[in-house]
Amino acid sequence: MKFGIVTFPGSNCDYDAFHAVTEALGEHAVYLWHKDHDLQGCDVIVLPGGFSYGDYLRAGAIARFSPVMRDVIAHANRGGPVLAICNGFQIACEAGLLRGALLRNASLKFVSELVQLRVETTETLFSNRYENGAILRIPIAHGDGRYTADDETLDRLEGEGQVVFRYVGGPGDADEWWSPNGSMHAIAGIVNDAGNVLGMMPHPERAVDSLLGSADGLGIFESMLARVAA
Amino acid sequence: MTRFRVAIHITPRRGILDPQGKTVAEALQTLGFGAVRDVHVGRHVVVELEARDKASAESSTRDMCERLLANPVTEDFEIAGVEAIAA
Repeated sequence: MKFGIVTFPGSNCDYDAFHAVTEALGEHAVYLWHKDHDLQGCDVIVLPGGFSYGDYLRAGAIARFSPVMRDVIAHANRGGPVLAICNGFQIACEAGLLRGALLRNASLKFVSELVQLRVETTETLFSNRYENGAILRIPIAHGDGRYTADDETLDRLEGEGQVVFRYVGGPGDADEWWSPNGSMHAIAGIVNDAGNVLGMMPHPERAVDSLLGSADGLGIFESMLARVAA
Repeated sequence: MTRFRVAIHITPRRGILDPQGKTVAEALQTLGFGAVRDVHVGRHVVVELEARDKASAESSTRDMCERLLANPVTEDFEIAGVEAIAA
């Protein structure tokens, strides 16, 4: 399976994503330059983390108009899988691939820590290798991660099983919603209506080796492999 | 064609948590401005463009706001002023 990792000016997690795919998952990956219109026949597109275009105007607002995004949107509309991580999630929301928006953390602070996510559904392309309700330890590192949407959108996401990962287990009960950034409904990751685009603020590509603290993120890549290769 | 300078105010939509505005409001109250009830921090964008007339400069800027300058999910915008300037 071939992964295409988009490099925007200011992307800084593209190498981590490349490493996760090639070393931890053992699949093929190429970098896709933001100015190109060529997805090089990739099966999965990764929009990586970073600070594309310096987060000017709003995080993701400029990257969304990069030439390659036209092709990424066409790929998504054809049902092609897109994994949008952190800044990639912000770009995907700005591009209209996902509903809602990511605003400045409620604390106004950049948060960089290992957090706990609960798997809210295993019925997706990205989470089918996990157990329902499993708790994952995956790092976050962002200043603009507060998921925000109107009530109608939230009802729809919850009702249709589109909330894939939720932050849980802060200082209190391990099962309790807890949002390190003020996200509505403690949302950490969602899929689109068709289920082929996942946006998440936590970094699964940084959690693929227990030597570095956690390998809990690898399941997302394995889930895609199980489904797309099949 | 005339050159116009258009000023745009972009603010967080009412009802959406605005931690930055809240923090500034608290700081102002601490400074003794006890009358402060609410603060919202947004962006001020100034666009210079060529247009046939004032109305077309404004309508073109409105289009820019809807497509890029403001996020329709979380922000409101307002064209605060349109003035003809020397090119």
